[in-house]
Amino acid sequence: MKILKRTNNVLPGFGPTMGYTLLYLSLVVLIPLSALVFKTAGLSWHDFLEAVAAPRVLASYRITFGAALAAAGINAVFGVLVAWVLVRYPFPGKRLVDALVDLPFALPTAVAGITLATVYSANGWAGKYLEPHGIKVAFTPLGIIVAMTFIGLPFVVRTVQPVIEELDAEIEEAAACLGASRWQTFRRVLFPLLTPSVLTGFALAFARGVGEYGSIIFIAGNMPMVSEITPLLIITKLEQYDYQGATAIATVMLVASFTMLLVINLLQRWSRRYAD
Amino acid sequence: MHTKNIETLLVALSLATISALPAFAADSVTLQNVSYDPTRELYQEVNTAFAQQWQKKTGQKVTIRQSHGGSGKQARSVIDGLDADVVTLALAYDIDAIAEKGLIKPGWQKELPHNSSPYTSTIVFLVRKGNPKKIKNWDDLVKPGVSVITPNPKTSGGARWNYLAAWAYALHQKGGNDAKAKEFVTRLFKNVPVLDSGARGSTNTFVQRGLGDVLLAWENEAFLAINELGRDKFEIVTPSESILAEPPVTVVDKVVDKKGTRKAAEEYLKFLYSDEGQKIAAKHYYRPTDPKIPSKLAKVRLYTIDQVFGGWRSAQKTHFVDGGVFDQITGAAGRK
Amino acid sequence: MAAPTTTYTGKNNGNHRITEPAPVRWLLTAIALAFLALFLALPLAAVFSQAFAKGWETYLAALWEPDTLSSVKLTLITAAVAVPLNLVFGVIASWAIAKFTFPGKNLLITLIDLPFSVSPVISGLIYVLIFGRQGWLGPWLDAHDIKIVFAVPGIILATIFVTFPFIARELIPLMEAQGKDEEEAALVLGASGLQTFLRVTLPNIKWGIIYGVILCNARAMGEFGAVSVVSGHIRGSTNTVPLHVEILYNEYNYTAAFAVASLLALLALVTLVVKTVAEWKVQQQLERE
Repeated sequence: MKILKRTNNVLPGFGPTMGYTLLYLSLVVLIPLSALVFKTAGLSWHDFLEAVAAPRVLASYRITFGAALAAAGINAVFGVLVAWVLVRYPFPGKRLVDALVDLPFALPTAVAGITLATVYSANGWAGKYLEPHGIKVAFTPLGIIVAMTFIGLPFVVRTVQPVIEELDAEIEEAAACLGASRWQTFRRVLFPLLTPSVLTGFALAFARGVGEYGSIIFIAGNMPMVSEITPLLIITKLEQYDYQGATAIATVMLVASFTMLLVINLLQRWSRRYAD
Repeated sequence: MHTKNIETLLVALSLATISALPAFAADSVTLQNVSYDPTRELYQEVNTAFAQQWQKKTGQKVTIRQSHGGSGKQARSVIDGLDADVVTLALAYDIDAIAEKGLIKPGWQKELPHNSSPYTSTIVFLVRKGNPKKIKNWDDLVKPGVSVITPNPKTSGGARWNYLAAWAYALHQKGGNDAKAKEFVTRLFKNVPVLDSGARGSTNTFVQRGLGDVLLAWENEAFLAINELGRDKFEIVTPSESILAEPPVTVVDKVVDKKGTRKAAEEYLKFLYSDEGQKIAAKHYYRPTDPKIPSKLAKVRLYTIDQVFGGWRSAQKTHFVDGGVFDQITGAAGRK
Repeated sequence: MAAPTTTYTGKNNGNHRITEPAPVRWLLTAIALAFLALFLALPLAAVFSQAFAKGWETYLAALWEPDTLSSVKLTLITAAVAVPLNLVFGVIASWAIAKFTFPGKNLLITLIDLPFSVSPVISGLIYVLIFGRQGWLGPWLDAHDIKIVFAVPGIILATIFVTFPFIARELIPLMEAQGKDEEEAALVLGASGLQTFLRVTLPNIKWGIIYGVILCNARAMGEFGAVSVVSGHIRGSTNTVPLHVEILYNEYNYTAAFAVASLLALLALVTLVVKTVAEWKVQQQLERE
């Protein structure tokens, strides 16, 4: 801690950069989002509860948050693997594969949804082979997970990738010299170094999945209580010109996502300290 | 760093937008028509025809810009600031919502003939070629093993017509009452595997994904789907009775008065009632309200919302609000 | 944190002296590729196969259509405003956050993450609540004839919001991992603050910036939900490329819809070019040194 205090004085620019950060953050994020909260505040406590805790809404929370967790988990495992392979192993066509990772960002979510539904529905390229085995993807909750995995993947890969690229070969060599096996080196040395970025990627993929709308409605089936996601219920409220009900559900989602992001960010700090 | 340039760009952009909007030269006028999804093709043709007629009559050049989307969403956009000179939406309920905010004068529906609906439509069935499930009427939809595709009535105007048409049919059967109608519609929705958010989404599910045995659709949408996607793959079944869908049109008073476009906007809507306008509507498989204009559509016994449900407001309140009949049905219907 | 003397070469691939045994490498590569094939390559192939379903001519005709071109123009303008603004913010914010300790840091980072988790539906709605006719500033804007929502400024604002965290989020972990020893050394050796940033920090975070900008740009061009709420869908005027794709699809014009969508998919190729050029530049730089 003493060191940190000292360095605070050495590096310049904290005041202006922090000032600008807070200003821009307020203008772009905080003030607009406060509109949401103010609109919701117009509701009485009773109406608020009625809007956000109806059985159908509760079911949608379970589906949305559950699927987002599953998708972020899948991405955390495979995303790290992809990032690792992309940085460390040579193989033909690697650059193309690397570029492919950004696809979910570039493809408009509606196109992604339509395309995924095309590929995974019973008459689609992948669905054709899955359906006979009893695996239904399109128009089931599984479809939601597939869509969320699709849109969340680049978050994990692209947060972990620069960190793997920055990893110093010397650490691994040192570990090897000290007699550690490759697996031990990974588990004891590399993994702790990667954990913060993996957690960040996980958190971002999760957060993105929770809010996603465009791609999911095409593949989810949208059946109430079964495959209806929370953002769809917000749209449903808006269709009834119920702006306050819509913002009430949105506020709940916002608070839930914020809390989870905060917890994961704290966890990440903690793991970084552990790695030090 | 770059912020200065960007600020300049932003200012320039907003200025460009501002200057593009008001102050039209007298020799040209731009109208914004905010409409719902299935009318794209109709209004493309109407706009060209009207522009020609208007120029001949007044020497003025008129440009009509189109915006399409779900009816409710479009109404919200107008409420929240989209400057529509005219709205041509799927249901009166959505225009009422705009009127409630003071943008349209109350009593708008009496301004033009036929409840301000220049053309009407109804709900029909689209089935696969040869009608393998032998679907002829509404009661075939509730049979076990029949898979029905319809959008979600909570998010799609068209789907609300589907739902109400089924309800009205059940009500009109011998010994029909609200309880029986509810049971009928519950059984119907048990056969629905997917609820898309909009009418065109459902058509795509039915056509592209190959899901379902029958699609409940607007009559004009069903014909369009057949023309665009394959005469040899689908056919239309018209049930014995259905609902009379009256998509209304009106001028947005506040906008036209501000922009000074009232005259052109009113003429534009009147054009829809003219012989030429009616013919174009008939060509696009809408039912013209002028009986003189021939229509190639099958005769069906049609009921209005007012007759069966006492108007849109009450239908909306009973059936489609949160906790309404539709929610009870789907909550109970479950799946699998 | 590890190794303060990290000099990034951009060529950290494959030439590690220590690596896994070959079978493990092959297995991991195979799993990674299979996963990507299932989730990314297959959908991508589907987009292109639909786009070219009716041949090259239809493909080009779909792109060379006035409404498509105007949507491309609008999308380019939007990204050209949103990305630089968020880049400046990202660099400045990550400096403040990664190089200093202060209370509430976690809270601040979480707030920066927030736009990721806000449903696109909502990110459009908030601007309607503020700038819409019934919104906070609605009457004032109306009186002064300024259009924000359902016009270009609204589309840009929504895009900035949605892409807000990308660059900052890329840079913060990277800068934290790098620590501040190098900057401190530079300062001790007499460099000014700005010199230190330009000569020491900037080269170190170059990769993060490149990734961040690519992602931010891709998302800015591809955003659908939020923009859809504030656009008004006026053909040839307030339709961005993603919105235009939806319209074409809803007109049963599948080939054209996927043709236009494939334009956005091609953005991934831009990534490829940018990264290759950047790596090549770094290589040159190293050779000169």
